[in-house]
Amino acid sequence: MANYSTNEFKSGLKVMLDGDPCAIVENELVKPGKGQAFNRVKLRNLMTGRVGERTFKSGDSLEGADVMDLEMEYLYTDGDMWHFMKTDGSFEQYAVEKKALGDTEKWLKEQVPYIITLWNDKAISVTPPNFIELEVVETDPGLKGDTAQGGSKPATLSSGAVVRVPLFINQGEVLKIDTRSGDYVSRA
Amino acid sequence: MTANWQPVASIETLRERARLIASVRTFFVERGVLEVETPVLGQGGSTDVHLVSLATLARTDKGQRRLWLQTSPEFHMKRLLAAGSGPIFQLARSFRDGEVGARHNIEFTMLEWYRPGFSLAELIDETTTLVANILPSFAGPVVHYRYRELFHTYLAVDPFTTSLDNLRALAAERGQMSTHALAEEGRDTCLDLLMSMVIEPQLGQHELSVVVDYPASQAALARRHQDADGEWVASRFELYLNGIELANGYDELIDADEQRSRFDNDNAERRRLGLPEVECDEQLLAALQHGMPESAGVALGLDRLIQLALGKARLEDVLTFSTPNC
Repeated sequence: MANYSTNEFKSGLKVMLDGDPCAIVENELVKPGKGQAFNRVKLRNLMTGRVGERTFKSGDSLEGADVMDLEMEYLYTDGDMWHFMKTDGSFEQYAVEKKALGDTEKWLKEQVPYIITLWNDKAISVTPPNFIELEVVETDPGLKGDTAQGGSKPATLSSGAVVRVPLFINQGEVLKIDTRSGDYVSRA
Repeated sequence: MTANWQPVASIETLRERARLIASVRTFFVERGVLEVETPVLGQGGSTDVHLVSLATLARTDKGQRRLWLQTSPEFHMKRLLAAGSGPIFQLARSFRDGEVGARHNIEFTMLEWYRPGFSLAELIDETTTLVANILPSFAGPVVHYRYRELFHTYLAVDPFTTSLDNLRALAAERGQMSTHALAEEGRDTCLDLLMSMVIEPQLGQHELSVVVDYPASQAALARRHQDADGEWVASRFELYLNGIELANGYDELIDADEQRSRFDNDNAERRRLGLPEVECDEQLLAALQHGMPESAGVALGLDRLIQLALGKARLEDVLTFSTPNC
């Protein structure tokens, strides 16, 4: 991979830092009145998701990371690995480990497209769509007519996620959920 | 998608900017300081190791020549002083390659002025008076600090006497830099990192902070003197407001031989770092040889001053078109 100098650091650029692939979040030039300039860089570690700051001398460089984001549909799990297929018509499949899947495990639904981040052609993270439609498999019976009042109850969805839903929701209904917050949005 | 043609600053901001610039001019005119305009292009460039100059090829009377876009109007203004101009000021477009960010733009406006016969203390006084005039909402005090004292206060270390190993370890820890990246670096890089990352953000909070007695190695074009502790320091000051460096002033070096040796040292350092050398400005050296009056001079980032006066978050908020959309 190419090396990137601090003046090429742009938000989104993928670089290697301490052996892990990272995405640059922010890059700010810091310079005393006279003297050495530095770049204060905020990076997201793509393996852990953690964001940290690091300072570089302006002009120093980092090795690029062979990272790309691809859209893939979820197929199935064999218990050990979770299998996805590229949506570009190639039918190429990737197996994803539990560690890379992380919290996305509770938002999995077959045939839904996810963003798979590959590093050196190996999946390191899975990002669900912002909104997903899932069926309620278990919740207390709905309260008829209670469509306006507040109040909520837990509901277990087909993917395994448990979300707070309004009291009028019944088992078997399909709901639209915001995967970023885990909030109920509406009936689908 | 259409090209981003809109100015960064609003038209209202540009009106405010024009009003502030008019009051800067009035300030100097009332004090009998002559406004001058010196060339943006010069045959001499800055040897400063930490500045990257832009250059252009021009067809001149002597054929094709490389001319430097000035990183500040300093050399031309000093030649005017040597020619007997008396006190002078300038709003000068200046250029520093690679400097783009919340507080930087490759092309910017430097307010630079020189006061023959002024001591550094007198110039500090004039600079803080100007800033207070331009920032009417600023009511805070002017507080003076010595460089050494700031390191004692914020880092519990003496910047002049602590070992290089200590400095490197402290810079790595507090400056969030890898130990490996600092392993080959000298004292000044460590001090610059700690100053930028740890101390500067604390300066100029509800006050105007004036910093003096910088390490002698950071004198640039300032004279050196021995401070109260017997340490050789640069006769230089910096002014900070809201954690932002606003101005850098010198008791100006006027000794031609000393000036030549500093240019040579800069170029030796450039060779060591694998940076291109910049031939020293022979016209400045000839002017100093002829004789420049003892003077104090200061360069103030005018765009930053306007940014602070108008309470804007980024430098480009007070520019018509910034580097990203110029």
